[in-house]
Amino acid sequence: MGARDDWRRVRAIAWKDLTTERRSKAGFNGVVALGVTILVLFGFALGPEAATLRQSAAGVLWLAVLFASVLAFNRSYQVELESGALDQLLLYPGARWTIFTGKLVANLVFVGLLMTIVLTVGAILFHVDIPTRWAELLLILVLGAVGVVTLGTFYGAMASRSRAREVLLPLLLFPMLVPVLLAAMQASKALLVGDLMSEAGAWVRLLIAYDLIFVAATHLAFGAILEG
Amino acid sequence: MTVTAASLPSTVAVPRPGRWPLVGVFALLFLVAAQVTAVMISVPDRDMGHLQKIMYVHVPAAWITFCAFFVVAICSLKVLWKGGERDDLLAASAAEVGAVFNALTLMLGMIWGKPTWGVWWTWDARLTSTLVLLLIFIGYLSLRSFIDEPERRAKWSAAVGVLGAINVPIVYLSVRWWRTLHQVQSAPSTLDPAYTLGLRLNAFAFLFVMIYLVRRRYEAAALVRAAERADESLALGGR
Repeated sequence: MGARDDWRRVRAIAWKDLTTERRSKAGFNGVVALGVTILVLFGFALGPEAATLRQSAAGVLWLAVLFASVLAFNRSYQVELESGALDQLLLYPGARWTIFTGKLVANLVFVGLLMTIVLTVGAILFHVDIPTRWAELLLILVLGAVGVVTLGTFYGAMASRSRAREVLLPLLLFPMLVPVLLAAMQASKALLVGDLMSEAGAWVRLLIAYDLIFVAATHLAFGAILEG
Repeated sequence: MTVTAASLPSTVAVPRPGRWPLVGVFALLFLVAAQVTAVMISVPDRDMGHLQKIMYVHVPAAWITFCAFFVVAICSLKVLWKGGERDDLLAASAAEVGAVFNALTLMLGMIWGKPTWGVWWTWDARLTSTLVLLLIFIGYLSLRSFIDEPERRAKWSAAVGVLGAINVPIVYLSVRWWRTLHQVQSAPSTLDPAYTLGLRLNAFAFLFVMIYLVRRRYEAAALVRAAERADESLALGGR
């Protein structure tokens, strides 16, 4: 029962979820299409002036990714609810948190792919130029995604097993994500349209702190909510 | 069959009202007296005039909101730690009362803000994070109402309560970095002595009202749980 066994469990769960997604593809395609549709709608709300679009691009792109990925979090557990798969999963020996970590990793890959497509399309639609500090931007994207996916995977475990899951997940998740979204949007915006106050660094530190706190807290609490 | 409290199979003793209605009467009278005293003894403020008097409801309501949220956090931690229906019901009661005071804080603040700042709403750190806190409360309460199974409801809402409590200071910090405009928080130390007594009295008055409301809500929640249990055991053909 060492760390190596835990790691193998995490990998097995993540691989299982990703294989399910890869074989059906319909889920991923739908979520990506939704993300792009949201971008177009935001374009109608804010456009068509190029300067305005560029100014608001950071916020819009993050929101499009958020709205689309919420669907992924519910899906992640929906597959477990069919024909008692979750009960089977619980019968396997080993620590409960490995199930959470596995799902977290799978969702990260899912949302990472989603972001690659949605952000590329968004950069074109909203006239975003790739900034010179692209490596920092990439870091912000990763940190923001980790924050969103950690809480999304955690609350998804509850919402998907309740009545009215479509309402409940965003209702629980969005207020909790206020710091991540604020930090990620402001830091990305600073890098995209000019970091006058050189504030991006402070936001990145906030993102790191948020991610560490909530990755730890969700792992600790997951055992309690899985069996309930 | 009449269901009496004594005949119910229950892990948590169904609380009796006892003298609590009297506490309610006392809390109400104390509140009225504190309000009247505060309004009578405070001279009109140099800048705000009589508008200042809204402080005697707005500021205590804000304190009580945080008191209630603190109760939710502590009870939720205890539920996660060792389970327990009592803490679960207490957390739920405190969350409901807290949400009401939270909404009250925001509305009273708006009524004060319109003549003072000229706008109903401004995206200041304290305002915005109080609104986010209300949304977290609402999420917590909706989760509870969407889950029927008591054990599961207790565990899940406890997790949501603890994570929400962890998040409150982070939300505040992030929104403060984003922008800020609110005047320095009112506390007895930042206040002209003429207003201190009124504020203190009303803080206690609100505290009594909160304790009373949480207690009565807890009684109601415990009765509902007991009734659910009775239904269950009847359906199972038990006692």
